[in-house]
Amino acid sequence: MSQMDQAVGFHDVSRHYGQVKAVDRVSFTIAQGEFFAMLGPSGSGKTTCLRLIAGFEQPSAGDVFIQGKSVRGVPPYDRDVNTVFQDYALFPHMTVLQNVSYGLMIRKVPAAERKKQAEAMLEMVALPGYGERKPSQLSGGQRQRVALARALVNHPTVLLLDEPLGALDLKLREQMQVELKAIQRRVGVTFVYVTHDQGEALSMSDRVAVFNNGRIEQIASPKQLYEEPATPFVAGFVGISNLIDAQTAARITGQPGPCAIRPEKVHLGPQGAGVAPERICADGAVETVLYLGAATRYDIALHQGGRISALMQNRERHFDPQPGMTVTVSWDRQHVLRFG
Amino acid sequence: MLAVGKREGGNVPALALGDRPSRMTLSTYLYRRPRLVLVLLLLPPALWLGVIYLGSLGALLVQSLFHIDDFSGQLVTRPGIETLARLFSPTAREVISRTALAATIVTVLCALLGFPLAYYMARYAGHRMKAVCYIAVMLPLWSNYLVRVTAWRLILAKEGVASWFAAKTGLSGMLEFFLGLPGIGGPSLSSSALGTVITFVYIWLPYMILPIQAALERVPRSLVDASSDLGARPTATFWRVILPLAIPGIAAGSIFTFSLTLGDYIIPNLIGTSRPFIGQIVYQAQGTAGDIPFAAAFALVPIAIMAIYLMLVKRLGAFDAL
Repeated sequence: MSQMDQAVGFHDVSRHYGQVKAVDRVSFTIAQGEFFAMLGPSGSGKTTCLRLIAGFEQPSAGDVFIQGKSVRGVPPYDRDVNTVFQDYALFPHMTVLQNVSYGLMIRKVPAAERKKQAEAMLEMVALPGYGERKPSQLSGGQRQRVALARALVNHPTVLLLDEPLGALDLKLREQMQVELKAIQRRVGVTFVYVTHDQGEALSMSDRVAVFNNGRIEQIASPKQLYEEPATPFVAGFVGISNLIDAQTAARITGQPGPCAIRPEKVHLGPQGAGVAPERICADGAVETVLYLGAATRYDIALHQGGRISALMQNRERHFDPQPGMTVTVSWDRQHVLRFG
Repeated sequence: MLAVGKREGGNVPALALGDRPSRMTLSTYLYRRPRLVLVLLLLPPALWLGVIYLGSLGALLVQSLFHIDDFSGQLVTRPGIETLARLFSPTAREVISRTALAATIVTVLCALLGFPLAYYMARYAGHRMKAVCYIAVMLPLWSNYLVRVTAWRLILAKEGVASWFAAKTGLSGMLEFFLGLPGIGGPSLSSSALGTVITFVYIWLPYMILPIQAALERVPRSLVDASSDLGARPTATFWRVILPLAIPGIAAGSIFTFSLTLGDYIIPNLIGTSRPFIGQIVYQAQGTAGDIPFAAAFALVPIAIMAIYLMLVKRLGAFDAL
């Protein structure tokens, strides 16, 4: 990637608070126009990275680049990036229109022009005619859209989103995911999206960076992240995985080293039912049965040690395991996840 | 009672149900009657406010409609506006405008002095420092008001600490200059309008700092970040985001400082010129002069001024951000 195609670059960046390393020697680049997600549990350093790009934090070491230029010492108000805050941070004493045109007003855009632009932006986020309302009169989803409009109206080179959907209920969240992706495609702005929700990260992003303890475990496309997790942490955090420790793995698969298998790749059959020789199989007792609607999850205690979860689609099935029943689990060798 | 002796087995016999009515406690009774709870909760303050507070205000209003007969010196209880009309005499108008002006100046000075400290407490101070600030702000309120005012009288006296300090630091010239100013000056700080205002500001400052601090405390950090993110420099963020959101606090503080100054009669009595404030007129009228109707009429003045003030503040939108 040439310097010009880079929207954001992190070069060996650290951010320490006393002894705590919130971000620890992180390097990556984000391409122009990319939808880039930073995924991780709370306290993993993803939000600190976002704040480093916005300029609310300064790196303890290393350099952050925006559009190929180091932004060391550049305050937030001189950076060509805008943020959608987790709590939306709408100004409560201003109307929706005043909120959206705030950035334009600061840049001394003439009043008529900024009204036009702000109204056009409200139209784009499907809130036409809401300009005169106060933020307190809007629902959570509507506030979220105003926050988005307020940031996008400035045409930033990078838009930073800090868990923007976190406060919305499930249905609205799914709808906003689709809309956000559509808006991003339309405006072509680079989106940097912080979330702890792996579903959100997988469904919207071009690439995902998985954070853990201030470091990046893996950066990959959603598909690659799920199919080929680089570390046990990624395998466990992105989707559900059965992590099999080295000892159990040696007993069952005959191969040394820890591995993992996705629950939906595990097949469940009656004990002693014929299993193709290229498949790995083991016997165990069903411990719990969780009916999830579209699928049922079974937790099985293997006779050879360890536990395994199997997810079975609730299509027409004749085999209906109950707690206490002994079953045979099996999976394809090629579905086993191994970590370099 | 079949149940006796069976509880240790852990199975409470069915008869327990029958025990219910006798075990109906007071809390259960109240739990089922939320309205009654509300009535019990609000009755004492409602009585206090309704009877004692509003009642005495009503008594004031009624008293102000009476008047003292010039001839006989007797109280005439026939309602009329004779006494209220006296509020518009030139002397009364002068007292009212002097007190209102002093209250305004005290309020502005309190806001100017209080805001920076409130801002520091809300935005910068850590836990420990904030506690220190709270104590520092409230500490004066722990000691007697009269003692503090008398102390200021000594501080501001001709041979007092203030003039001694001015002499030691070579600021005597400045002190002389201020005391020489017509209207606010005088022979010494303790006998000048300047001294009255200084003491008022000292006494009421905590009532300004705390509401502003509370208002600023409620401004989320992310609003400041958002303003900065949208291109606003710190000064623009202050004028466009922080100050507008602090206005309700400043308004609340100003209500305290303004009304307390309007009604006070001790400070202008002990420190300042012989030109009286509203409170002193009320004090004299109901005391030495024995003119209760006039005292009542004058006591209504601060209430009227406060009503106008609150209307103005509301009109200016000070409470919109609440």
